[in-house]
Amino acid sequence: MHTESLLHRKKMIFMNEKGMLNEFTKGLLKENPTLVSLLGMCPTLAVTTMAANGIGMGIAATLVLVCSNAVISCLKKVIPDSVRLPCFIVIIAGFVTLTELIMKGFFPELYDRLGIYLPLITVNCIILGRAESFASKNDLLPSILDGLGMGAGFTAALFLTGSVREILGMGSWMGIDLHISSPMTVFVLPAGGFFALGCIIAAVNRLSGRSSEDKNGCEKCPCIDSCKERIQDI
Amino acid sequence: MKELMLILFSAMITDNFVLSKFMGICPFLGVSKKADSSLGMGTAVTIVMILAQLCTYPVYKFFLLPFDLVYLRTVVFILIIALFVQILEMAVKKLFPPLYRALGVYLPLITTNCAVLGVTILNADNEYTFIESITGALGAGLGFTAAMLIFSGVRSRTENADIPAAFKGAPSTLIAASVVSLAFMGFSGIAEGIFGGFGG
Repeated sequence: MHTESLLHRKKMIFMNEKGMLNEFTKGLLKENPTLVSLLGMCPTLAVTTMAANGIGMGIAATLVLVCSNAVISCLKKVIPDSVRLPCFIVIIAGFVTLTELIMKGFFPELYDRLGIYLPLITVNCIILGRAESFASKNDLLPSILDGLGMGAGFTAALFLTGSVREILGMGSWMGIDLHISSPMTVFVLPAGGFFALGCIIAAVNRLSGRSSEDKNGCEKCPCIDSCKERIQDI
Repeated sequence: MKELMLILFSAMITDNFVLSKFMGICPFLGVSKKADSSLGMGTAVTIVMILAQLCTYPVYKFFLLPFDLVYLRTVVFILIIALFVQILEMAVKKLFPPLYRALGVYLPLITTNCAVLGVTILNADNEYTFIESITGALGAGLGFTAAMLIFSGVRSRTENADIPAAFKGAPSTLIAASVVSLAFMGFSGIAEGIFGGFGG
């Protein structure tokens, strides 16, 4: 019931869209994919040991998101409704492969550091989620702006998490040594990643005055329609 | 045999997919409220991981590698997994209704689980043999189940705790996950110590 009202509210927002700028800025703050919607947690936690990695991952995901949003928005009348998810996944996976090859060719160092998480952009729920809830219902230009905004929001969240972890864990920022005498190495380790992200989300909740209680990634998952009634059983 | 045990235990404990590789965080945070649903999700993920590995390995070995198409692995693997999960759901529904009632709920949630795609890509990149790949997938699945089960226990304690409003929900869950991950760090090196130490 909560989910339905949420989805309805989102639809209303789309209908009364206040110009194109809104499509771009909503991803940055109000609907920030990572810090507010809690999507795409895996890369957020995995690659943010350094701020620069966060930016690299963010830009790669943005590239995929903008391209897949654009293509899906153009093909929305061609793709049959019943097989839309596999179609979206193939389009996304194609752009991920493209990004992988570009990065391997031009930024081999970053490619090595992102490693397995680069192909895993395919299953990043932000991208599939935007394809399902926005690009497949909107025209080309709003879809591209939506992709840019969501990508920028994702990049900003990764950069923030990466900065916190790099400063606290390694005593440096973007590779610049900050001369901190004893950095807390635990922040570079997986446990510190969970902790840092938890605290950042709590800070965002405090500043925005809302609570993320009863909200998990599932609620905005693109597959929500296919398993909505099942989730309630779990 | 020693190598297999090393692969199994490092995938399960030291390189736990959820707690040290951050794969499959969505179900880990979303479906870990109760122990029985954690077990159900874990079992379903383990089965899908092993079967996905069974399906993708021959394609990788006999099609992608000989034709120099390794860069297409992401597209091919995700298609195989998506197709395969769909077929598995239909087959289980038709052939084993009790099993479907127990595990079928979790199947559609698994297609976009990055741990399943992650394990197939990782095993392909590590150039594992067939048996090693299956062992790796089994270890990853068991590790996922273990993490889910342990975490559901931790979570049942934190769920009713009186914490500041801003920390309710996801933040407290993430911090609880951090503590569990810290505990798993204690295992680091243990698999190599037991199974890898003899060979030098």
